[in-house]
Amino acid sequence: MSEIKSQENLFTISTSPHIRSEESISKIMWTVNLALTPAALFAIYHYGTSALIVLLVGSLSAVGFEYLVQKLRKKKITITDGSAFLTGLLLAMCLPPMIPPYMAIIGSFIAIVIAKHSMGGLGYNIFNPAHIGRAAIMVSWPVAMTTWTKLTPSVDVVTTATPLNILKQQGYANLIHTFGSAPQMYKAMFFGIRNGSIGETSTVLLMLGGIYLIYKGYVNWQVPVFMIGTVGILTWVFGPVGLFTGDPIFHMMAGGLIIGAFFMATDMVTIPITKKGQVVFAIGAGALTVLIRLKGGYPEGVCYSILLMNAVSPLIDRLIKPVKFGARR
Amino acid sequence: MIKSFRGGIHPNDNKRYTAGMPIEIALLPKKAIISVRQHIGAPCSPIVEKGDLVKKGQVIANSEAFVSSPVHASISGVVIDVAEYPHVVFGKCLSIVIENDGLDQWIEGIPLARDWEKLNENEIKDIIKDAGIVGMGGATFPTHVKLSPPKEKKIDTLIINAAECEPFLTADHRMMLEYSEKILIGVKIVMKVLGVKKAYVGIEDNKPDAVCVMQKAFAGTTVEVVAIPTKYPQGAEKMLIKVLADREVPSGSLPMDVGVVVQNIGTVIAIYDAVLNGIPLIQRVTTISGSAVKEPKNLLLRIGTTFEEAIENCGGFIEPPAKIIMGGPMMGFAQSNLKVSIIKGVSGILGLNKKDINNGTQSPCIRCGKCVSVCPCGLNPSMLSILGEKDMYEEAKLEQNLFDCAECGSCVYVCPAKRNIVQYIRYCKMKNTVDAAKKKEALDK
Repeated sequence: MSEIKSQENLFTISTSPHIRSEESISKIMWTVNLALTPAALFAIYHYGTSALIVLLVGSLSAVGFEYLVQKLRKKKITITDGSAFLTGLLLAMCLPPMIPPYMAIIGSFIAIVIAKHSMGGLGYNIFNPAHIGRAAIMVSWPVAMTTWTKLTPSVDVVTTATPLNILKQQGYANLIHTFGSAPQMYKAMFFGIRNGSIGETSTVLLMLGGIYLIYKGYVNWQVPVFMIGTVGILTWVFGPVGLFTGDPIFHMMAGGLIIGAFFMATDMVTIPITKKGQVVFAIGAGALTVLIRLKGGYPEGVCYSILLMNAVSPLIDRLIKPVKFGARR
Repeated sequence: MIKSFRGGIHPNDNKRYTAGMPIEIALLPKKAIISVRQHIGAPCSPIVEKGDLVKKGQVIANSEAFVSSPVHASISGVVIDVAEYPHVVFGKCLSIVIENDGLDQWIEGIPLARDWEKLNENEIKDIIKDAGIVGMGGATFPTHVKLSPPKEKKIDTLIINAAECEPFLTADHRMMLEYSEKILIGVKIVMKVLGVKKAYVGIEDNKPDAVCVMQKAFAGTTVEVVAIPTKYPQGAEKMLIKVLADREVPSGSLPMDVGVVVQNIGTVIAIYDAVLNGIPLIQRVTTISGSAVKEPKNLLLRIGTTFEEAIENCGGFIEPPAKIIMGGPMMGFAQSNLKVSIIKGVSGILGLNKKDINNGTQSPCIRCGKCVSVCPCGLNPSMLSILGEKDMYEEAKLEQNLFDCAECGSCVYVCPAKRNIVQYIRYCKMKNTVDAAKKKEALDK
């Protein structure tokens, strides 16, 4: 009784609700990092130390820049929440393995300082920071961004090009020839034994991570399914020798589509907030990817198509709102 | 499979503390502090004075207004004070304090025995009004008003709300197990008053024993006992109607606009007591629970018992609680002290420790969309919270359906950025209401 009296007026007062889930931003961000780990580890196995260095430099410099910006702006330091690390890691995974590490650092600077913090920091950026970083490096050092390692996809061929490059420059027949046969090509693309950016090659491991995120509820399945599906359908319809002659299986696994659809087009901050809006976003990004791949000057278009769709996300949110309860009938 | 409503959340229901505890009659309080505002509507005026002797069941405060409900003495004794006392919802309120004489004497004429089948609808409604019965789920809307819909509204369905979707609370659960006979008759009485043929009892499927007992009790009647998927806020009237009757109450309308009246299970039991035995609403079953309470229990408590005495019935606290909540943790009211007393709508008293209420610090929205997908009202809570933060409350009303928010708190529960979304929404609503009042005042001039 006396105990109770001595406690009075010490209770916390606030309005409801009084309980919250265990969910937090850092939990989400580190889970996404974890989901990327298998593909990153495969990249180190596949490309060797050069890939390891780019991955480390990219992610750690991003964390460093975040710390500096927050220190300069006299904001709370939030480097442990995993979001800067994730941006750096994603950026590094979208760079070629042979790229000089200082370029990765500049990319991180552009991603964190310009794309993220000049907009107001986490939650306020319009564009996917990792992709802004990649696009900046792409226009600054196009040669470094398109120099690939020597790879032996089949017994009698040595190539220093990505599959999409071969397709763009030499055509579909030569692409098949490079890998020996179509099934062999699909197998190589599925397991990631091909040229490409550090983290984009292993379809199976990226999908594994992506499915884990869907299971955890951090990714809506609609986004990867509709984006990859759109690319598949459109590349099949608009084939090289007339309608319905394309190779959708190749296109769905090629380039940065898998990593883009599972990890970039699902970046919560820069995509529409409703599921319906996200479907529109995903279809748009898929269609733009195909447009760039088939008609553009670049062999690959995932990065630019996602950035372009980022720009229209606020508009999609304005047009597609949730339907309120009691408004249907 | 029953189709559930859109959105909703699955918090840990924490009902294990008390789900297996039979309802225990609490010790009589030393004094009862009975507020004149036990309900939504006009407050009552005291009709007793300091020094008066009162008996259990005696009317001590009343009002002429239709939307109001009389207040009865819950114990016998002497009125020792009529003054302002702490109130669970309004902060402070005029209250009548009765010192217990320990005799627990009924006022003359109570209890009695009545045959409800011989009473007509209006007689039953009068009994319900005089017994001071209000919605006991927490809303405390006077029951006789709810049972008197305007003539042009055709009511064809009664829904008994036994979802009890708030975590921790088990009062409704225990009542279903222990008072099934009263519930059966009570529901029949309400059906007679409303003149409806069809009724549903909606129980969340995390209470399979209650579903079983109720199905047995209502076997052979037109009352359908339905086990509905456990999901907060299943007990919200509109969600319950959607799931059980498949009708969507239009935005800004009431359940009666779609031909439905919803009553809480506790209210039905109070109706039974009043109609058959003439017993007014002077006690209720309340769950006392939470991580800081020593022996969580379901108590049958007299109205006016202080929280302090109620918790003493449960052996006090294990550790100093960080928060005391009246009602459930999702929509209940935090209390600053234990001097407040039980009113008719107190379904639970929770004492939570620091760990339970660790709410984190708010950070900017990362637009994860969790709030949008759990919002049962189909709103964009993220946008509403941002508009609230920027003081753009008019835009919130005009473009984001501000006033459709039921403040269930699902968005706040799931938010990884720990944003105080409902708090911003309440702020916006308040600002809009103040503005509207100002505008009206200017027009009147």
